[in-house]
Amino acid sequence: MKIGVLLKQVPASDSRIKIADPQRGVALDDVKWEINPYDEFALEAALALLDAKVASDVVLLTVGGADTEQRIRDGLARGATAAVRLDDAAFGGSDCLGVSRILAAAVKAEGITLVFAGKQAIDGDNAQVPAMVAELLGWGYVGEVDQLEVTGAGAKAWRAAGGGARDVVEVGLPAVIGCDKGLNQPRYASLKGIMMAKRKKIDVKGAGAIGVDAGSVGASAALVSETNWGEPPARPPGRVLQGDDAARVKALVAALRDEVKVI
Amino acid sequence: MGNNILVVAETDDGAVKKTAFELLGKAKALAASTGGAVHAVLIGDGDAASLGAYGASTVHHASGAAFSHYNPAAWTSAVQGAIAASDAGVVLAAAGPQVRDGFARLAARLGAGLATEVTELRAEGGAVVGRRPQFAGKAFSDVVIRSAVALFTVRPNSFGVPEAGGGSASVSALAAGGDSKEKVVGSEEPSSDVVDLTEAERIVSGGRAVKSAENFDKLIRPLAASIGATPGASRAAVDAGYAPHNEQVGQTGKVVNPSLYIACGISGAIQHLAGMRTSKVIVAINKDPEAPIFQHATYGIVGDIFDICPMLTAELESA
Ligand SMILES: Cc1cc2nc3c(=O)[nH]c(=O)nc-3n(C[C@H](O)[C@H](O)[C@H](O)COP(=O)(O)OP(=O)(O)OC[C@H]3O[C@@H](n4cnc5c(N)ncnc54)[C@H](O)[C@@H]3O)c2cc1C
Ligand SMILES: Nc1ncnc2c1ncn2[C@@H]1O[C@H](COP(=O)(O)O)[C@@H](O)[C@H]1O
Repeated sequence: MKIGVLLKQVPASDSRIKIADPQRGVALDDVKWEINPYDEFALEAALALLDAKVASDVVLLTVGGADTEQRIRDGLARGATAAVRLDDAAFGGSDCLGVSRILAAAVKAEGITLVFAGKQAIDGDNAQVPAMVAELLGWGYVGEVDQLEVTGAGAKAWRAAGGGARDVVEVGLPAVIGCDKGLNQPRYASLKGIMMAKRKKIDVKGAGAIGVDAGSVGASAALVSETNWGEPPARPPGRVLQGDDAARVKALVAALRDEVKVI
Repeated sequence: MGNNILVVAETDDGAVKKTAFELLGKAKALAASTGGAVHAVLIGDGDAASLGAYGASTVHHASGAAFSHYNPAAWTSAVQGAIAASDAGVVLAAAGPQVRDGFARLAARLGAGLATEVTELRAEGGAVVGRRPQFAGKAFSDVVIRSAVALFTVRPNSFGVPEAGGGSASVSALAAGGDSKEKVVGSEEPSSDVVDLTEAERIVSGGRAVKSAENFDKLIRPLAASIGATPGASRAAVDAGYAPHNEQVGQTGKVVNPSLYIACGISGAIQHLAGMRTSKVIVAINKDPEAPIFQHATYGIVGDIFDICPMLTAELESA
């Protein structure tokens, strides 16, 4: 079985994000880039199936420019067997649906039967792409999965059901699984893996190679646009309470009750 | 598509969830500017007519066995049917696991634009524009959707629940169903019956300073219980096994939006702030006066959680 992992690079979670200008968005020139943390869970889920010989190949799929190759290499170093970077002038400015159309076409073109994705990319925080890819392919989908068993023919997945409950869901293959924290403990790349990754080739494919209609992706097809970027709303200044422990506890309860009225 | 606004109203155990009322209140205000009517699609068993009191003129009700557990085919067919029946151009739902799943599928199926987790909505030139956090709340942007149907998910507690008015709604049953590729074969209820973190009005969280699962049960949970709050935790506390991972608040945990967030022995790392910075009132209890959490706190107590938390619990219980 060939498994696809949707891998996105994002600014490291401790990056400071500054607004470049309200119309263009954020300044990302000097952030440190990492694999999206949820995609690390997705990759680990795939690699575990490779170790267990349930999977024969683990293919990384990234929609992005040449600057994403270091993160793709990192994924190869951890054990992925192949990688395809999807890059075409026509892809620029895609919204989530556009990115999903590209990824769905690539999944089909690569002959993949099981896709692991992160539940959410921590840059745009959209949490849209995995379900969209599944819908476009007409495949089963289980998202926000934090426990998983895969057999040759299907998967049993535990997904968040709201209110802290979990549903246990069975889905036949082909399918897409959106991965949440708790699913596994991502491995690091070994030295040997890093050496081997240097020799692995990253295929670069455009619209023609994967058979996606260039008119259905990119800025001109995007339905969602983002403008008027700004900092988070400022918080009113706070107050450090004074006095001995008992006095401060009493002052806090009084403030919560009478000042801000939240209890 | 028309200029009506459709609200997805979810149910829980036969009751309409309060997020539905929150969204109806917002939809009513928006519709007053855009000139449309407010419709609701009620999913699952619940009092459909009660939605009229919050501004719904028509309720499309999808109920029955297909909605006892989340069934994506039935859920999306219900919402899709309601969009058509209500002639809606804007659809609002509370961000949560089922809506995230269903709305993304619908957006792809309908070729509709989707903006997730908006915290503001406003009418502008007859259209509805959203505003949403990105980069874990470090930046915000407006989102403009240009498809005939615009889908928005709203972060719970963004607007608050309005007062019920006197309106009434006409209710029509919605035929919806379908077999999903995904079959629910079991479900696990949460170990406690507190409100889910993402919808909680009050949260008490413990960090690394709590030092053990036993202390978490002794310090954090009783403090939370004293004000009907949901317990939360930092990643350090979760990784150390003091609390289960579904209680983690932050960038790789739950994003929460309560009116009160009490952080006990949490330093306020940027990834933790990512999950709770929009809380209306933040209380920090930390023995280090330089801890970054104090820069975001409405009220701070520089002190030892092993002293403060039990005193606070006692004070709140007697209050
Ligand atoms: C990719 C990534 C994702 C992450 N996601 C998350 C996430 O989702 N959520 C999250 O929380 N973190 C996340 N983190 C981790 C984050 O960077 C911090 O390490 C973590 O939040 C620290 O938790 P803490 O505040 O409990 O611990 P610490 O930073 O160790 O802080 C403990 C605090 O307790 C105080 N203290 C100690 N003893 C006492 C006492 N007796 N009384 C009072 N105060 C005391 C100390 O002064 C200190 O400020 C993530 C990190 C990465 C790299
Ligand atoms: N440009 C991309 N390239 C590859 N995978 C992506 C891309 N964008 C999103 N994904 C996948 O979809 C998941 C959810 O992303 P999002 O919907 O953008 O929050 C990510 O965790 C990735 O697995």
